[in-house]
Amino acid sequence: MNYIFYFLIVISIVFGAVNGRLAEVTNSILTGAELSVKVAFSLIGIMAFWLGMMKIAEKCGLVQIFARIIKPVTKRLFNEIPEESPAIGDIAMNFSANALGLTNAATPIGIKAMEELQKENLDKTSASNSMCTLLAMNTAGFQLIPATVLAVLIGIGYKNPTEIIAPTLLVTTIAFVSAIILAKIFQKFWPAQTPHPLQETERFYEQMENTAPGGKTCSGK
Amino acid sequence: MFRQVMDILSLWALPAILLLILTMGLAKKVPVYEVFTDGAKDGFKVAVNIIPYLVAIIVAISMFRASGIIEMIETALSGVLAQIHVPADVIPVMIVRSLSGSAALGVFSDIANTLGPDDYATKLSAIMVGSSETTFYVLAVYFGAVGISKLRYALIVGLLADIIGIVAAVCVCNWMFL
Repeated sequence: MNYIFYFLIVISIVFGAVNGRLAEVTNSILTGAELSVKVAFSLIGIMAFWLGMMKIAEKCGLVQIFARIIKPVTKRLFNEIPEESPAIGDIAMNFSANALGLTNAATPIGIKAMEELQKENLDKTSASNSMCTLLAMNTAGFQLIPATVLAVLIGIGYKNPTEIIAPTLLVTTIAFVSAIILAKIFQKFWPAQTPHPLQETERFYEQMENTAPGGKTCSGK
Repeated sequence: MFRQVMDILSLWALPAILLLILTMGLAKKVPVYEVFTDGAKDGFKVAVNIIPYLVAIIVAISMFRASGIIEMIETALSGVLAQIHVPADVIPVMIVRSLSGSAALGVFSDIANTLGPDDYATKLSAIMVGSSETTFYVLAVYFGAVGISKLRYALIVGLLADIIGIVAAVCVCNWMFL
């Protein structure tokens, strides 16, 4: 990511200069920064709502039912996390929300799943195999009905907008399946970094501190 | 008929889920209001955690788009892509859809409105936009929320899958609408 970040910016400046659009490039820093905060803040409300709903779904056992239904699939895809991990149910809910086109619900639920996977992760700054698989499922953007696109097509007077659904579904399925297959292949070539033994002892002491009765942050389940 | 089923599904998907969660919660004697507010507390924290990651990626991509390089790639690719029946208008959709969802939708609306419903470019770009998710945005939000900065192979997989999606869209559209 360091290289991508570096090259995106350097290429933009170089080509901005070549194309005589350096002023636009500089201005875009401000608009981009503003936009990111706007996006993050627009997420707060809907994030809070779905995290609240998910907590109810978890307490009443609905998430666990979902988890049980897709277990045969997730056991293979996420073979590194324990079977009883709450992440499984969250992943199932995230996938269902995405498929139904409920992006507003899918994002908070997906983030919750990431948080659960992070608990099992050894190196907290580096993505685990399971996290990469979950991300691949989400970047591929599997969706049964492309609602926004259909709305645009209906808006311009497209006679038979539903004819677009089948080909879109075929394409999104191909992309989704290949994303997962690619993720499973690539994880063999990019071994997860095992944390330095010293780091592990540190973590152990941290845990001791946290779970000790007099510890300052005594939270968690 | 199919259209009606689809409309009902998209109208009822969300309300049905809410009804299911709340009814089941109450049936299992879960204090739904208290549990809801307890869970919702984290909303602010998660959104704020994402900000540094979003700023890094959205600013870099805004600069990239402003530099005019996308137009250069467009002219470079147009000759090759014309051979496989990809209209020049669709090229910006292909490049932008992994970078920015709103931009991709904007370009698509533009194509649809200027070329009209019967044009091949409208159909191809509709399929391309409808079948994808903004890889860079998803990456920033999902990994940013838990503080992951070493992505390993995640971005490469996302972008490769996007390319496969583009190729698939071209093939399917060639086969169905040409």
